[in-house]
Amino acid sequence: MAYVAIADRDAPIHDPHTFFLKYIWSQDHKVIAIQYAIVAISVGLVALVLSGLMRLQLGFPGTFHFIEPQDYYQFITMHGMIMVIYLLTALFLGGFGNYLIPLMCGARDMVFPYMNMLSFWVYLLAVLVLMASFFVPGGPTGAGWTLYPPQAITQGTPGASLGIIMMLVSLGIFIVAFTMGGLNYVTTVLQARCRGMTLMRMPLSVWGIFMATILGLLAFPALLVSAVMMTLDSTLGTSFFMPAVMSLGEKLGHNGGSPLLFQHLFWFFGHPEVYIVALPAFGIVSDLLSTHARKNIFGYRMMVWAIIAIGGLSFVVWAHHMYVSGMNPYFGFFFATTTLIIAIPTAIKVYNWVLTLWKGDIHLTVPMLFAIGFIFTFIHGGLTGLFLGNVTVDLPLSDTYFVVAHFHMVMGVSPILVVFGAIYHWFPKITGRMWNVTLGKVHFWMTFLGTYAIYLPMHYLGILGVPRRYYALGNTDFLPDSVHSINAAITISALIVAAAQLVFLFNMIMSLRKGEKAPPNPWRATTLEWQTPDTPPKHGNWGPQLPVVHRWAYDYSVPGAKEDFIPQNEPVDPALGAGRDHGKHR
Amino acid sequence: MSNTVIFAALACGVIAWFLIASRLTAKSWESQDEKGDVGAINIAPQRIGLWIFMAVVTSLFSLFISAYAMRMHVGAWCNITIPNILWVNSLVLVAASIAMQFSRWAADRGNRDAARTALIAAGVLSLAFLVGQLRAWQIVGPSVYFISGSPAIAFFYVLSAVHGLHLIGGLWVLGRTVTKFAAGAELVDLRLSLQLCTVYWHFLLLVWLVVFGVLLYL
Repeated sequence: MAYVAIADRDAPIHDPHTFFLKYIWSQDHKVIAIQYAIVAISVGLVALVLSGLMRLQLGFPGTFHFIEPQDYYQFITMHGMIMVIYLLTALFLGGFGNYLIPLMCGARDMVFPYMNMLSFWVYLLAVLVLMASFFVPGGPTGAGWTLYPPQAITQGTPGASLGIIMMLVSLGIFIVAFTMGGLNYVTTVLQARCRGMTLMRMPLSVWGIFMATILGLLAFPALLVSAVMMTLDSTLGTSFFMPAVMSLGEKLGHNGGSPLLFQHLFWFFGHPEVYIVALPAFGIVSDLLSTHARKNIFGYRMMVWAIIAIGGLSFVVWAHHMYVSGMNPYFGFFFATTTLIIAIPTAIKVYNWVLTLWKGDIHLTVPMLFAIGFIFTFIHGGLTGLFLGNVTVDLPLSDTYFVVAHFHMVMGVSPILVVFGAIYHWFPKITGRMWNVTLGKVHFWMTFLGTYAIYLPMHYLGILGVPRRYYALGNTDFLPDSVHSINAAITISALIVAAAQLVFLFNMIMSLRKGEKAPPNPWRATTLEWQTPDTPPKHGNWGPQLPVVHRWAYDYSVPGAKEDFIPQNEPVDPALGAGRDHGKHR
Repeated sequence: MSNTVIFAALACGVIAWFLIASRLTAKSWESQDEKGDVGAINIAPQRIGLWIFMAVVTSLFSLFISAYAMRMHVGAWCNITIPNILWVNSLVLVAASIAMQFSRWAADRGNRDAARTALIAAGVLSLAFLVGQLRAWQIVGPSVYFISGSPAIAFFYVLSAVHGLHLIGGLWVLGRTVTKFAAGAELVDLRLSLQLCTVYWHFLLLVWLVVFGVLLYL
């Protein structure tokens, strides 16, 4: 395990001169990160508009005649798929992963910069193919984001002919892009850390992104396998997933395929996907809390082990998404048990976040507000997960709004709050400009309170038995009138939250143009990305000399130190004694 | 899915072993002295990248084979009649792998001409394998009604196509290495490429043998 890093090479890995090579066809990880982020956020805005349209239909059924039932299903499908894959996965790993890994590890760039660049362009192609599906005859697929066969490719489902093919092709392309990026992230973490940066000195952001990438590399092939086989079922008439089906009075050519096989494959990818999104959020939020509470993260080792344990466990819980599909009761018992076991490492993380705040010197900056907001929404979504992890509770709730509320709290709102916190936190380093704090706080409170106004009532709707996936509820005896009033109120809240995102975009653009110039380390943070010689960091990140790391990433409020933070690259001060002594004071 | 889970468990086991070996128990808040500090690990990044890529490909094929095993118990299944040419193809791929190994040994000994010749031979044999696979597709194709007749045949097409695509990817890298030979690159600079190509060829041979075994015996 001797130290040899390619990061030590004197010669630059690549040396762009023209504008085109510097900012467009760029191999610089920072530019690629920004490219990823811009595309992901743009496509995420499309998904946000789709959700607004869905809510208009649900809140005021019969009012908006341009939203037909098939449109509604297409909106649902595209909203879900875009948010989960093309926004969150791409933004956390392609965006933050690209930006933070080399900077936080003290490297000049990713180890395979050319492949990194290709990763972005292939991702862009995947997004373009997905967006093109809006314009093909029949429109995009309306099969629901899980794309279950046989209905996904059977006539009667919107986009069953071309839309679904575009979706599957786009997913295939995305997986290629992800694999190219993922190889880079893992190899860079393993191979290009600077001197002194041991694995156990890495900031938790890097740990989260690292583990999420490993999960992605092992889990995305399941989606690829299902996409390839479904494409063949749809185009060549094979019978991997398609059973014998009578459709519109005609017997289709398929015979003997297994829709359950698709569900197994899909969720073998689908459940780790939850953690592909959650683990980077866990890591980033740990760093935000520690930095803005001026306190070392509580239980660093436990945090790392919990990330690894959650990653490993996430591969043995997939069938809890399939309780209502029918399975051997022993399987149900097994998957319920493994699902509930995940609560242990997850709870360790939550306790540690809260204990990090305990007696901390809490600065309620905008990133900190988002980080604390995340703790609320994540605990909330996590607790409803305990309900749904049990087979007997899941069965009556599975097709209701309770599930919609659960997964939006845990996988929608929580990671998005971290995304915002992270953008507010690293924006000064990325752009060299500070945000408008007031607008940032307005954005936070509108988003945080607004999402509660949306999703808290949905739990109530779910327990009442309001079914999800319905275009319109109509007048049925078992639904009281209050359901319709609540639906209208949820829609109004959703529109307000959507409007709040315009505040964010406005603030970002104004700060870019007129924001106060950012100092190199405005949050007085310890991690390496804040110690670069230039802000924003120049090509190659570190100037002539690579940093050398002497300590972990959480030396905040060390007794006797002259400031309340000690950067990772600051040598040990003999007068302060060994770190062991600091530990005793804490 | 059980074999995929086993693979995922193995992969996680390897990761856990690596992390423990990397002193995951270190009390990083205490060890502020420079003694024993390590940064990155001393393995070429390309080598790490290849091994991770092979883990991804293993995951891909494990899932395909899991799907095969699950699908065959569902219904409307009849096993494929293996065309004899697949035996020949398998031998050709074994030969390609051996040629690749010779090329690597020759490079280690510093024998540039032998390394180049063996490398080109491996490339030609791999191309012959691909042509043989296409011939197998032709043989299998008309013999059974492809569309809904037998999912085993559809699996044969998919598995061999995915394997072939990975081999074509390898051939692209091999072609680049041959080009570097032609451009007069030093053997020292080519050694890593040759080593990685050899590992990848052995891996793809193993994958093919497993796939072939599944088609034959499962």
